[in-house]
Amino acid sequence: MTNETEKQEPDHGHSHGDLDADAHALEHIHDHDRQFQPDLEDTPPTRYELMVYAIRELLIEKGHVTQEEITKARNTLESWQPSRGAEIVARAWTDPDFKKRLLTDGNEAMADFGVDAGGAKLTVLENTDEVQNVVVCTLCSCYPRAVLGLPPDWYRSKAYRARVVVEPRKVLKEFGTEIPDEVTVRVHDSLADLRYLVIPKRPAGTEDWSQEQLAEIVTRDSMVGVTNPKAL
Amino acid sequence: MSQLFGIGDIVRVIDAHPPGHRRTPYYCRGKKGKIERVCGEHRNPEELAYGFDGKPLRRLYRVRFNQSDIWGHYDGPTQDTIDIDIYEHWLRSAE
Repeated sequence: MTNETEKQEPDHGHSHGDLDADAHALEHIHDHDRQFQPDLEDTPPTRYELMVYAIRELLIEKGHVTQEEITKARNTLESWQPSRGAEIVARAWTDPDFKKRLLTDGNEAMADFGVDAGGAKLTVLENTDEVQNVVVCTLCSCYPRAVLGLPPDWYRSKAYRARVVVEPRKVLKEFGTEIPDEVTVRVHDSLADLRYLVIPKRPAGTEDWSQEQLAEIVTRDSMVGVTNPKAL
Repeated sequence: MSQLFGIGDIVRVIDAHPPGHRRTPYYCRGKKGKIERVCGEHRNPEELAYGFDGKPLRRLYRVRFNQSDIWGHYDGPTQDTIDIDIYEHWLRSAE
């Protein structure tokens, strides 16, 4: 192909030269000036990713699980959304008996919402005028997945995990949350079998709101304790 | 298994650094705190991590530490705390 094109070049004359120049210019832009976001496959798999692939293949090959079961389990995990936690918080705000049950035994109370945390002990913390609770897992990324779904990237980041235990007030400020000095900041390092859910403070001006309206302002971050809901 | 500590007891985390999978963070080892609540008995994650059955069960506590006791340089108000869930075999009485 290349040779033929070259042979034909004289017939095309001047205009071909222009095209060439244009193509060259485009190539130049492509190579040096444009930044492309890498696709998932552009970076080589890590050692741990390779191990996961290998183990998955082996488990399927030996008949312990099927690919269909893996897909189903992943879909279940991804179907858990923070809206579940928001509904629970909204009910706690409007139903004092339910709140009491939640604070006493999170697993028992959250079963009302179909939450099954497996062996984890769901522990509910209430923010008040005196206390702001903040949750972290410094060792890995323990998170109440059954209530809030998959943890956000910042929760798993080394920066958050290392800093929020040492300088929680500064970290909260970076989330836009300023805590007055007279309020106690209580960090909870979730390490073993406890999983924490924070009931944020119900904002003023929401007294006559329905549970559904309330659930809409309860964000994921507020149930980790790094922000506080606002009446919109 | 008899329960060694009750709510309000002052305890110290043992200052040991054994190899292996440990769920007690370095920053609280050797530090003094107060039992905030007793969280029941659970299979021992230090054993589960290596494929054992996690038995005998270990009692879990939530221990409340003053931030200023954990970090010498904590610059927030003195009432700030950090709560950590710690297994009984990592705790000693500090009454």
